[in-house]
Amino acid sequence: MSIAISLRSCGKTWAGGARGLLPIDMDITAGETLVLLGPSGCGKTTLLRLIAGLETPDAGGNVLFDGKDVTRLPIERRNVGMVFQSYALFPNMDVTGNIGYGLRVRGFAKNEVQKRVAEMLEMMQLTEFRNRSIDALSGGQRQRVALARAIAPRPQVLLLDEPLSALDARLRHQLRQEIDSLLRALGITAIYVTHDQSEAMALGDRICVMGAGRIAQIGSGRDLYHHPANAFVADFIGDANRYVTQTGEVILRPEELSLRSNPNAAFMITRVTFLGPVLRVTVRHRDGQELRADVPDDTTLQPGMRVEVIVGGSALTKAGPPALE
Amino acid sequence: MRRGIGFWTGLCFTLLISAFLILPIFASVIAGVTANQFVGISSGLTTRWILDVWANYGGTVLLSLQIALVTLVITLLLGVPAAYVLARHAGVTARLIEEALVMPVAVPGLATALGLILAYGAVGGLRSSWYFILVGHVVFCLPFMMRAVLAVLLAIDLNRLEEAARACGASWAQRFFGVVLPNIRGGILAGSLMVVTLSLGEFNMTLLLHTPFTRTLPVGLADAYTALRTEMASAYTLIFFALIVPLLSAMQWVVGQLDQQGGRR
Repeated sequence: MSIAISLRSCGKTWAGGARGLLPIDMDITAGETLVLLGPSGCGKTTLLRLIAGLETPDAGGNVLFDGKDVTRLPIERRNVGMVFQSYALFPNMDVTGNIGYGLRVRGFAKNEVQKRVAEMLEMMQLTEFRNRSIDALSGGQRQRVALARAIAPRPQVLLLDEPLSALDARLRHQLRQEIDSLLRALGITAIYVTHDQSEAMALGDRICVMGAGRIAQIGSGRDLYHHPANAFVADFIGDANRYVTQTGEVILRPEELSLRSNPNAAFMITRVTFLGPVLRVTVRHRDGQELRADVPDDTTLQPGMRVEVIVGGSALTKAGPPALE
Repeated sequence: MRRGIGFWTGLCFTLLISAFLILPIFASVIAGVTANQFVGISSGLTTRWILDVWANYGGTVLLSLQIALVTLVITLLLGVPAAYVLARHAGVTARLIEEALVMPVAVPGLATALGLILAYGAVGGLRSSWYFILVGHVVFCLPFMMRAVLAVLLAIDLNRLEEAARACGASWAQRFFGVVLPNIRGGILAGSLMVVTLSLGEFNMTLLLHTPFTRTLPVGLADAYTALRTEMASAYTLIFFALIVPLLSAMQWVVGQLDQQGGRR
């Protein structure tokens, strides 16, 4: 029941002439979870809304569901489920009413609606709250109601627009695991928008990093981390040092650097911060460039000390020098 | 707790002002049921004046109620969809129309009435029928309905709710009647009570629009006063209160309920 989605030169220009999204091509395989990751204003939500059918692409763009052109179909006829950032639950209905809404407007028989809503309540652990009004629910419970409402009619595609951004860190962590298990259990094609890279890493089969209305890179979390296509992706996924050598700019992850005391070295420690698992050490080269290194806790490292910086053998930096001069 | 002289002075002042405001109403109510006004309350209480009013002016009360209800129906049918359209559009035009909605309140009723007479006074039999007053009341009350509904529409993230309903597969009619209307019923109720109250009490405009055969309650009341039948006018006022006070109380209650809901969110 899950479907493949293809976008063909889908761009979006707003009424004022601003380009929300430059024309892009994209293929999402059936059953895959694709995360759209990027800073605010990068076009990720616009792309999601194009797929949903809440926006139409500029002339020439096409959205295909399993090869069928759905560009002109509005969202209500695309059989998608959507979870909104603010949940957008209906205040005039209780939990049961919200979850069953999609089934009722599609004309399901009353007993079928009841059966499916009961299933959803069970699955989302909401059974005891079934008659609660929306006002009387916590943020996490509302989130689960919104998810249940979206998947109750068994859509072909599930679209999630920053569904966890309104929650506190601990709950976010717990719910993203629940969502991950749910998506895997359903085997549904899902597109998940977020600006949080750890959320993207935890959820996506593939991550699509976006910036300034275009796709910066698509790949697995591991690909993006170890082989970032450019400095923007490297900065966005994890922490990255950008260091200019004679041969050009290299991108160095703090954890692949180690330090060795050497009074004649070119680098001097300017700051040492204990982070728990690691010690974050900032060093400055004679030419003024700074690097951040994450090293095992070591009380001998002190500001003012001269050190060599050794780069570990990661594929990223194979081209670079083993020790920086 | 000992209270200072300031408190007692304040209390006396407040009670005095309240008495000043309430006394005329009270006096008029008493006069409406007093047998002989010149003798005073010692002459005994009677319902005679109320019955007299009903005999002479009963038609005006019924016409006022009729106009108020029809005005309500029309302002609902026009105002709710209009407010919905305004709320859905974010453009400058929509905001200008919204601003223009206060205009009829700023223009004196007499001026509006004059405009209506000049524009439509010669159209068929409109001038002599009660529809003419109805038109005036709709013009006067429509902005109040629209503003009450619009305020609630703007407070409930309408676009997001509609998008959510669409994502669930709801057609326009399904989401308008199933999601939009139920979530703005507070505003619709507040607007309705406002319209009925305003229409029942409208005098400025109706004074010019009415004919001897289409007198409303406030016009009849003014007539009773000018005819120097103060006991009749007082009894008349009593009937007016009986109509308007429950409406006003209901309005206060609804607005209070809405405030409470707003506080919970």
